[in-house]
Amino acid sequence: MKADRTLDCVGLYCPMPIVKTSQEIKELAEGEVLEVIADDKGIKSDMPAWCSKTGHEFMGIEEEDGEYHVFVRKKG
Amino acid sequence: MDDNKEKATIVVFSGELDRALAAFNIATTAASMGMEVTMFFTFWGLNVVARERSGGSGRSGLQRMLGLMNRGGARRLKLSRLDMLGGGRAAMKRLMREHRMPSLEEMIHMADELGVRFIACTTSMALMGLGEEDFIPEVDEFAGAATYVEKASGSAINLFI
Repeated sequence: MKADRTLDCVGLYCPMPIVKTSQEIKELAEGEVLEVIADDKGIKSDMPAWCSKTGHEFMGIEEEDGEYHVFVRKKG
Repeated sequence: MDDNKEKATIVVFSGELDRALAAFNIATTAASMGMEVTMFFTFWGLNVVARERSGGSGRSGLQRMLGLMNRGGARRLKLSRLDMLGGGRAAMKRLMREHRMPSLEEMIHMADELGVRFIACTTSMALMGLGEEDFIPEVDEFAGAATYVEKASGSAINLFI
């Protein structure tokens, strides 16, 4: 999947990836895609939860070498 | 304040490092999820947002004695378990650093930046002989239980830690 912006959260634990995502998403225009890379597996559940609460679109997770690449499309 | 925002309210009654970390973890997450978050600090929880005191600043003899044994400040908080006169605390802080987890002081700063509202309980302050000058500048308001109840009654999340 292609992203307009990437946020590296490797080595960070809850709540940092979510806090950083909420800050970073402000830098995107509506419709753009943010890729968050994390290695704390809590992200698999936390990012869809964050999206459902904030209204941004959860597009999916790609897993490779113990890292999770999470894609979120900015809404509104 | 935005009345349409969902609200979360957290009472921080405890003055231990681990419990305070849990409270701030949830507070910063809820704020990051678009909620309006209020933290109400009462009793031992006042130490979390108090400045480090030299102690003995209370008005009465008993308050000065309490102040000497209860000096306040996020950096000084003990663990609720395995503190071991500070050895366990130091080990825990080291583990947190090794895992790049923010310290409690950093979490407090982050919560403030995210717009979390800090309220200190005036009754506990009077009991312990503390004034507004004994608190960090991040504290937004000094108030009583009615302020908490009003916030809590309209909150989707209410926690007592």
